[in-house]
Amino acid sequence: MNPDSYLYLSAILFSLGALGVLIRRDAIVVFMCIELMLNAANLAFVTFSRMHGRLDGQIFAFFTMVVAAAEVVVGLAIIITVFRTRRSASVDDANLLKY
Amino acid sequence: MSAALLATQSAATHLLAGPVTSTGGGETFLFWVGASISVLGALGLIFSKKAVHSALCLAGVMICLALFYMAQGAVFLGVVQIVVYTGAIMMLFLFVLMLIGIDAPESLTETIRGQRWAAVLVAVLFGAILIGVFAHAKLGPFAGMDQANAAAGGNVPSLAHLLFARYFWAFEVSSAVLITSALGAMVLAHRERVTARRTQKELAADRFKRYSKDPSVIVTPMPNPGVYAQHNAVDTPALLPDGSIAQLSVNATLRAQGEVRGITPLPVPLPHEAADGDGASPAGANGSGRHEEVGA
Repeated sequence: MNPDSYLYLSAILFSLGALGVLIRRDAIVVFMCIELMLNAANLAFVTFSRMHGRLDGQIFAFFTMVVAAAEVVVGLAIIITVFRTRRSASVDDANLLKY
Repeated sequence: MSAALLATQSAATHLLAGPVTSTGGGETFLFWVGASISVLGALGLIFSKKAVHSALCLAGVMICLALFYMAQGAVFLGVVQIVVYTGAIMMLFLFVLMLIGIDAPESLTETIRGQRWAAVLVAVLFGAILIGVFAHAKLGPFAGMDQANAAAGGNVPSLAHLLFARYFWAFEVSSAVLITSALGAMVLAHRERVTARRTQKELAADRFKRYSKDPSVIVTPMPNPGVYAQHNAVDTPALLPDGSIAQLSVNATLRAQGEVRGITPLPVPLPHEAADGDGASPAGANGSGRHEEVGA
Protein backbone atom coordinates (compact mmCIF):
# COMPACT_ATOMS: atom_id res chain seq x y z
CA MET A 1 0.00 0.00 0.00
CA ASN A 2 1.26 3.43 -0.93
CA PRO A 3 1.14 5.88 2.04
CA ASP A 4 -0.75 8.26 -0.29
CA SER A 5 -3.82 6.20 0.56
CA TYR A 6 -4.07 8.09 3.85
CA LEU A 7 -4.55 11.28 1.85
CA TYR A 8 -7.35 9.71 -0.18
CA LEU A 9 -8.98 8.50 3.03
CA SER A 10 -8.75 11.96 4.52
CA ALA A 11 -10.34 13.43 1.36
CA ILE A 12 -13.21 10.92 1.61
CA LEU A 13 -13.77 11.62 5.30
CA PHE A 14 -13.70 15.38 4.70
CA SER A 15 -16.30 15.09 1.92
CA LEU A 16 -18.51 12.91 4.12
CA GLY A 17 -18.28 15.52 6.88
CA ALA A 18 -19.21 18.26 4.42
CA LEU A 19 -22.13 16.15 3.21
CA GLY A 20 -23.33 15.76 6.80
CA VAL A 21 -23.14 19.51 7.39
CA LEU A 22 -25.23 20.08 4.27
CA ILE A 23 -27.98 17.52 4.84
CA ARG A 24 -28.50 17.29 8.60
CA ARG A 25 -30.72 19.71 10.54
CA ASP A 26 -29.86 18.80 14.11
CA ALA A 27 -27.32 21.39 15.24
CA ILE A 28 -25.42 18.86 17.35
CA VAL A 29 -25.03 16.41 14.47
CA VAL A 30 -23.94 19.25 12.20
CA PHE A 31 -21.33 20.12 14.80
CA MET A 32 -20.13 16.52 14.95
CA CYS A 33 -19.73 16.56 11.16
CA ILE A 34 -17.55 19.66 11.50
CA GLU A 35 -15.43 17.71 13.99
CA LEU A 36 -15.13 14.94 11.41
CA MET A 37 -13.86 17.44 8.86
CA LEU A 38 -11.28 18.76 11.33
CA ASN A 39 -10.13 15.21 12.01
CA ALA A 40 -9.79 14.49 8.31
CA ALA A 41 -7.62 17.59 7.94
CA ASN A 42 -5.51 16.38 10.86
CA LEU A 43 -4.98 13.03 9.14
CA ALA A 44 -3.73 14.87 6.07
CA PHE A 45 -1.39 16.95 8.27
CA VAL A 46 0.10 13.85 9.88
CA THR A 47 0.51 12.14 6.51
CA PHE A 48 2.25 15.14 4.98
CA SER A 49 4.45 15.34 8.05
CA ARG A 50 5.51 11.76 7.42
CA MET A 51 6.05 12.50 3.76
CA HIS A 52 8.45 15.36 4.47
CA GLY A 53 10.06 13.68 7.44
CA ARG A 54 9.51 16.78 9.54
CA LEU A 55 7.47 17.24 12.71
CA ASP A 56 5.90 20.59 11.80
CA GLY A 57 2.81 18.89 10.39
CA GLN A 58 2.24 17.14 13.69
CA ILE A 59 2.58 20.45 15.52
CA PHE A 60 -0.10 21.89 13.26
CA ALA A 61 -2.37 18.92 13.94
CA PHE A 62 -1.77 19.53 17.64
CA PHE A 63 -2.83 23.17 17.33
CA THR A 64 -5.89 22.09 15.33
CA MET A 65 -6.88 19.90 18.26
CA VAL A 66 -6.44 22.81 20.68
CA VAL A 67 -8.58 25.08 18.54
CA ALA A 68 -11.15 22.31 18.05
CA ALA A 69 -11.45 21.86 21.80
CA ALA A 70 -12.03 25.60 22.29
CA GLU A 71 -14.49 25.63 19.40
CA VAL A 72 -16.48 22.69 20.78
CA VAL A 73 -16.81 24.34 24.19
CA VAL A 74 -18.13 27.61 22.77
CA GLY A 75 -20.24 25.92 20.09
CA LEU A 76 -21.99 23.61 22.50
CA ALA A 77 -22.65 26.53 24.84
CA ILE A 78 -24.25 28.39 21.93
CA ILE A 79 -26.37 25.35 21.08
CA ILE A 80 -27.54 25.11 24.69
CA THR A 81 -28.41 28.82 24.74
CA VAL A 82 -30.34 28.57 21.47
CA PHE A 83 -32.13 25.49 22.76
CA ARG A 84 -33.10 27.29 25.95
CA THR A 85 -34.71 30.20 24.15
CA ARG A 86 -36.28 28.32 21.22
CA ARG A 87 -36.78 24.81 22.67
CA SER A 88 -35.30 23.36 19.51
CA ALA A 89 -31.83 22.45 18.30
CA SER A 90 -32.79 22.39 14.63
CA VAL A 91 -30.77 24.74 12.45
CA ASP A 92 -33.89 25.52 10.39
CA ASP A 93 -35.65 27.06 13.37
CA ALA A 94 -32.99 29.70 14.00
CA ASN A 95 -33.97 31.97 11.11
CA LEU A 96 -34.59 35.38 12.68
CA LEU A 97 -31.84 37.05 10.66
CA LYS A 98 -33.49 35.88 7.44
CA TYR A 99 -36.37 38.35 7.54
CA MET B 1 4.46 -17.53 9.40
CA SER B 2 7.54 -16.96 7.30
CA ALA B 3 5.52 -14.63 5.08
CA ALA B 4 4.47 -12.60 8.09
CA LEU B 5 8.07 -12.50 9.31
CA LEU B 6 9.18 -11.38 5.87
CA ALA B 7 6.53 -8.69 5.89
CA THR B 8 7.68 -7.34 9.27
CA GLN B 9 11.28 -7.51 8.13
CA SER B 10 10.48 -5.61 4.96
CA ALA B 11 8.51 -3.12 7.03
CA ALA B 12 11.51 -2.69 9.31
CA THR B 13 13.85 -2.17 6.38
CA HIS B 14 11.41 0.30 4.90
CA LEU B 15 11.35 2.23 8.15
CA LEU B 16 15.10 2.19 8.44
CA ALA B 17 15.80 2.92 4.82
CA GLY B 18 14.11 6.31 4.96
CA PRO B 19 12.08 7.10 1.83
CA VAL B 20 8.96 4.90 1.72
CA THR B 21 6.90 4.18 -1.36
CA SER B 22 5.04 1.21 0.08
CA THR B 23 4.21 0.37 3.66
CA GLY B 24 4.71 -2.96 5.36
CA GLY B 25 2.11 -5.69 5.56
CA GLY B 26 1.01 -4.81 9.07
CA GLU B 27 0.32 -1.21 8.26
CA THR B 28 -1.45 -2.16 5.04
CA PHE B 29 -3.74 -4.47 6.99
CA LEU B 30 -4.35 -1.79 9.62
CA PHE B 31 -5.08 0.77 6.95
CA TRP B 32 -7.65 -1.25 5.07
CA VAL B 33 -9.46 -2.40 8.22
CA GLY B 34 -9.32 1.06 9.81
CA ALA B 35 -10.25 2.86 6.60
CA SER B 36 -13.34 0.71 6.07
CA ILE B 37 -14.38 1.14 9.70
CA SER B 38 -13.87 4.90 9.61
CA VAL B 39 -15.76 5.38 6.32
CA LEU B 40 -18.62 3.22 7.64
CA GLY B 41 -18.52 5.23 10.87
CA ALA B 42 -18.68 8.50 8.95
CA LEU B 43 -21.66 7.21 6.96
CA GLY B 44 -23.29 6.14 10.23
CA LEU B 45 -22.64 9.60 11.64
CA ILE B 46 -24.49 11.18 8.74
CA PHE B 47 -27.36 8.75 8.34
CA SER B 48 -28.24 7.49 11.81
CA LYS B 49 -31.55 8.83 13.09
CA LYS B 50 -30.56 9.23 16.73
CA ALA B 51 -27.93 11.76 17.72
CA VAL B 52 -26.45 9.39 20.31
CA HIS B 53 -25.74 6.81 17.60
CA SER B 54 -24.09 9.54 15.52
CA ALA B 55 -21.86 10.42 18.48
CA LEU B 56 -20.83 6.79 18.96
CA CYS B 57 -20.05 6.43 15.24
CA LEU B 58 -17.89 9.56 15.40
CA ALA B 59 -16.05 8.17 18.44
CA GLY B 60 -15.28 5.02 16.42
CA VAL B 61 -13.93 7.10 13.53
CA MET B 62 -11.72 9.05 15.94
CA ILE B 63 -10.26 5.90 17.47
CA CYS B 64 -9.43 4.60 13.97
CA LEU B 65 -7.73 7.90 13.19
CA ALA B 66 -5.73 7.64 16.42
CA LEU B 67 -4.45 4.24 15.27
CA PHE B 68 -3.49 5.77 11.92
CA TYR B 69 -1.54 8.52 13.68
CA MET B 70 0.36 5.97 15.74
CA ALA B 71 1.09 3.87 12.67
CA GLN B 72 2.49 6.95 10.95
CA GLY B 73 4.95 7.73 13.70
CA ALA B 74 2.85 10.36 15.48
CA VAL B 75 2.55 8.50 18.77
CA PHE B 76 1.91 11.59 20.87
CA LEU B 77 -0.86 12.80 18.58
CA GLY B 78 -2.46 9.37 18.60
CA VAL B 79 -2.65 9.34 22.39
CA VAL B 80 -3.86 12.96 22.48
CA GLN B 81 -6.49 12.08 19.89
CA ILE B 82 -7.89 9.37 22.14
CA VAL B 83 -7.63 11.36 25.37
CA VAL B 84 -8.84 14.72 24.07
CA TYR B 85 -11.19 13.79 21.25
CA THR B 86 -12.81 10.52 22.23
CA GLY B 87 -12.33 11.14 25.92
CA ALA B 88 -13.21 14.79 26.42
CA ILE B 89 -14.87 16.22 23.35
CA MET B 90 -17.17 13.30 22.59
CA MET B 91 -18.19 13.08 26.23
CA LEU B 92 -19.00 16.79 26.08
CA PHE B 93 -21.22 16.07 23.08
CA LEU B 94 -22.99 13.28 24.93
CA PHE B 95 -23.38 15.56 27.93
CA VAL B 96 -25.09 18.23 25.85
CA LEU B 97 -27.27 15.58 24.21
CA MET B 98 -28.42 14.55 27.67
CA LEU B 99 -28.97 18.18 28.72
CA ILE B 100 -31.15 19.27 25.84
CA GLY B 101 -32.78 15.88 25.42
CA ILE B 102 -33.99 14.36 22.21
CA ASP B 103 -37.67 15.16 22.28
CA ALA B 104 -38.57 15.11 18.63
CA PRO B 105 -37.01 13.34 15.67
CA GLU B 106 -35.40 15.56 13.06
CA SER B 107 -37.89 16.87 10.52
CA LEU B 108 -37.33 15.44 7.06
CA THR B 109 -39.18 18.14 5.13
CA GLU B 110 -36.89 20.04 2.82
CA THR B 111 -37.00 23.80 3.25
CA ILE B 112 -35.21 24.19 -0.08
CA ARG B 113 -36.54 21.81 -2.69
CA GLY B 114 -34.03 19.24 -3.92
CA GLN B 115 -31.45 20.47 -1.43
CA ARG B 116 -30.57 16.98 -0.24
CA TRP B 117 -29.71 15.59 -3.66
CA ALA B 118 -27.87 18.77 -4.56
CA ALA B 119 -25.86 18.37 -1.34
CA VAL B 120 -24.98 14.77 -2.21
CA LEU B 121 -23.93 15.87 -5.71
CA VAL B 122 -21.79 18.71 -4.34
CA ALA B 123 -20.12 16.46 -1.77
CA VAL B 124 -19.34 13.78 -4.36
CA LEU B 125 -17.92 16.35 -6.75
CA PHE B 126 -15.88 17.95 -3.97
CA GLY B 127 -14.47 14.58 -2.93
CA ALA B 128 -13.66 13.75 -6.55
CA ILE B 129 -11.82 17.06 -6.95
CA LEU B 130 -9.83 16.50 -3.74
CA ILE B 131 -8.88 12.96 -4.72
CA GLY B 132 -8.03 14.13 -8.23
CA VAL B 133 -5.72 16.80 -6.82
CA PHE B 134 -3.97 14.25 -4.62
CA ALA B 135 -3.67 11.82 -7.50
CA HIS B 136 -2.17 14.41 -9.84
CA ALA B 137 0.15 16.04 -7.31
CA LYS B 138 3.80 15.04 -7.51
CA LEU B 139 3.97 13.74 -3.97
CA GLY B 140 7.28 11.97 -4.14
CA PRO B 141 8.50 9.25 -1.78
CA PHE B 142 7.71 9.37 1.91
CA ALA B 143 10.69 10.34 4.05
CA GLY B 144 9.34 8.59 7.15
CA MET B 145 9.35 9.92 10.68
CA ASP B 146 12.21 7.90 12.15
CA GLN B 147 14.96 10.46 11.61
CA ALA B 148 12.85 13.35 12.88
CA ASN B 149 11.62 11.37 15.86
CA ALA B 150 15.10 10.17 16.78
CA ALA B 151 16.60 13.69 16.62
CA ALA B 152 15.79 14.47 20.27
CA GLY B 153 15.34 10.91 21.45
CA GLY B 154 11.71 10.11 20.72
CA ASN B 155 8.52 11.57 19.33
CA VAL B 156 7.50 13.51 22.44
CA PRO B 157 10.89 15.20 23.12
CA SER B 158 11.23 16.12 19.45
CA LEU B 159 7.76 17.65 19.42
CA ALA B 160 8.54 19.48 22.66
CA HIS B 161 11.73 20.94 21.13
CA LEU B 162 9.68 22.34 18.24
CA LEU B 163 6.71 23.44 20.33
CA PHE B 164 8.72 25.31 22.94
CA ALA B 165 11.18 26.86 20.52
CA ARG B 166 9.89 27.63 17.04
CA TYR B 167 6.18 27.54 17.83
CA PHE B 168 6.40 29.01 21.31
CA TRP B 169 4.47 32.15 20.41
CA ALA B 170 1.65 30.13 18.85
CA PHE B 171 1.61 27.93 21.93
CA GLU B 172 1.20 30.95 24.21
CA VAL B 173 -1.55 32.36 22.01
CA SER B 174 -3.37 29.03 22.14
CA SER B 175 -3.49 29.32 25.91
CA ALA B 176 -5.23 32.67 25.48
CA VAL B 177 -7.68 30.99 23.09
CA LEU B 178 -8.45 28.30 25.64
CA ILE B 179 -9.01 30.77 28.46
CA THR B 180 -11.22 32.93 26.26
CA SER B 181 -13.30 29.94 25.22
CA ALA B 182 -13.73 28.81 28.82
CA LEU B 183 -14.91 32.31 29.76
CA GLY B 184 -17.17 32.40 26.71
CA ALA B 185 -18.78 29.11 27.63
CA MET B 186 -19.41 30.36 31.15
CA VAL B 187 -20.96 33.60 29.89
CA LEU B 188 -23.13 31.80 27.33
CA ALA B 189 -24.31 29.06 29.65
CA HIS B 190 -24.98 31.43 32.53
CA ARG B 191 -28.59 32.41 33.02
CA GLU B 192 -29.40 35.57 34.89
CA ARG B 193 -32.42 35.22 37.15
CA VAL B 194 -34.62 38.22 36.31
CA THR B 195 -37.51 37.32 38.59
CA ALA B 196 -37.43 35.90 42.08
CA ARG B 197 -37.58 32.16 42.36
CA ARG B 198 -41.20 31.05 42.81
CA THR B 199 -41.85 29.15 45.98
CA GLN B 200 -43.69 25.87 46.17
CA LYS B 201 -46.61 27.64 47.85
CA GLU B 202 -46.99 30.08 44.96
CA LEU B 203 -46.74 27.27 42.43
CA ALA B 204 -49.46 25.30 44.20
CA ALA B 205 -51.76 28.34 44.43
CA ASP B 206 -51.18 29.02 40.74
CA ARG B 207 -51.97 25.42 39.86
CA PHE B 208 -55.26 25.50 41.74
CA LYS B 209 -56.14 28.81 40.09
CA ARG B 210 -55.66 27.18 36.71
CA TYR B 211 -57.64 24.15 37.88
CA SER B 212 -60.60 26.37 38.75
CA LYS B 213 -60.80 27.48 35.12
CA ASP B 214 -59.87 24.20 33.43
CA PRO B 215 -60.77 20.96 35.21
CA SER B 216 -58.35 18.96 33.02
CA VAL B 217 -55.36 20.51 34.82
CA ILE B 218 -53.78 17.96 37.14
CA VAL B 219 -53.32 19.30 40.64
CA THR B 220 -51.89 16.20 42.23
CA PRO B 221 -48.33 15.06 41.55
CA MET B 222 -47.85 12.97 38.42
CA PRO B 223 -48.17 9.22 38.96
CA ASN B 224 -44.90 7.34 39.35
CA PRO B 225 -43.84 4.92 36.66
CA GLY B 226 -45.13 1.48 37.41
CA VAL B 227 -42.57 -0.87 38.87
CA TYR B 228 -43.60 -4.44 38.50
CA ALA B 229 -41.90 -7.76 38.86
CA GLN B 230 -41.71 -7.68 35.06
CA HIS B 231 -39.59 -4.56 34.52
CA ASN B 232 -37.85 -2.32 36.99
CA ALA B 233 -37.53 0.60 34.60
CA VAL B 234 -38.87 4.13 34.13
CA ASP B 235 -40.38 3.30 30.77
CA THR B 236 -42.82 0.89 32.39
CA PRO B 237 -46.20 2.61 32.71
CA ALA B 238 -48.29 2.50 35.86
CA LEU B 239 -51.67 0.83 35.72
CA LEU B 240 -54.92 2.55 36.57
CA PRO B 241 -57.40 0.70 38.81
CA ASP B 242 -59.26 -0.58 35.75
CA GLY B 243 -56.08 -2.12 34.36
CA SER B 244 -55.50 0.45 31.60
CA ILE B 245 -52.15 2.24 31.20
CA ALA B 246 -51.59 5.61 32.89
CA GLN B 247 -49.86 7.55 30.10
CA LEU B 248 -48.83 10.36 32.46
CA SER B 249 -46.71 7.99 34.52
CA VAL B 250 -44.03 7.84 31.82
CA ASN B 251 -41.62 10.68 31.06
CA ALA B 252 -42.83 12.99 28.30
CA THR B 253 -39.62 12.48 26.30
CA LEU B 254 -40.11 8.72 26.25
CA ARG B 255 -43.76 9.19 25.33
CA ALA B 256 -42.81 11.47 22.44
CA GLN B 257 -40.37 8.86 21.16
CA GLY B 258 -42.98 6.11 21.49
CA GLU B 259 -40.74 4.13 23.80
CA VAL B 260 -43.32 3.28 26.45
CA ARG B 261 -42.84 -0.34 27.38
CA GLY B 262 -45.93 -2.50 27.04
CA ILE B 263 -47.02 -4.70 29.89
CA THR B 264 -47.98 -8.33 29.78
CA PRO B 265 -51.07 -8.73 31.93
CA LEU B 266 -50.55 -10.57 35.20
CA PRO B 267 -52.13 -14.01 35.38
CA VAL B 268 -55.59 -13.99 36.87
CA PRO B 269 -55.68 -16.23 39.97
CA LEU B 270 -57.79 -19.35 39.60
CA PRO B 271 -60.49 -19.81 42.24
CA HIS B 272 -58.96 -22.98 43.77
CA GLU B 273 -55.49 -21.37 44.08
CA ALA B 274 -56.98 -18.48 45.98
CA ALA B 275 -58.81 -20.93 48.23
CA ASP B 276 -55.59 -22.92 48.89
CA GLY B 277 -54.01 -20.01 50.74
CA ASP B 278 -53.51 -20.07 54.51
CA GLY B 279 -56.30 -17.58 54.96
CA ALA B 280 -54.13 -15.22 57.03
CA SER B 281 -53.05 -13.30 53.94
CA PRO B 282 -55.53 -10.58 53.16
CA ALA B 283 -54.13 -10.30 49.63
CA GLY B 284 -55.71 -13.49 48.45
CA ALA B 285 -57.04 -12.03 45.23
CA ASN B 286 -54.12 -9.75 44.45
CA GLY B 287 -52.23 -12.13 42.18
CA SER B 288 -51.43 -15.79 42.20
CA GLY B 289 -47.70 -15.33 41.65
CA ARG B 290 -47.18 -13.30 44.80
CA HIS B 291 -49.42 -15.56 46.78
CA GLU B 292 -47.44 -18.67 45.86
CA GLU B 293 -44.18 -17.02 46.82
CA VAL B 294 -45.50 -16.19 50.25
CA GLY B 295 -46.87 -19.70 50.70
CA ALA B 296 -43.57 -21.35 49.75
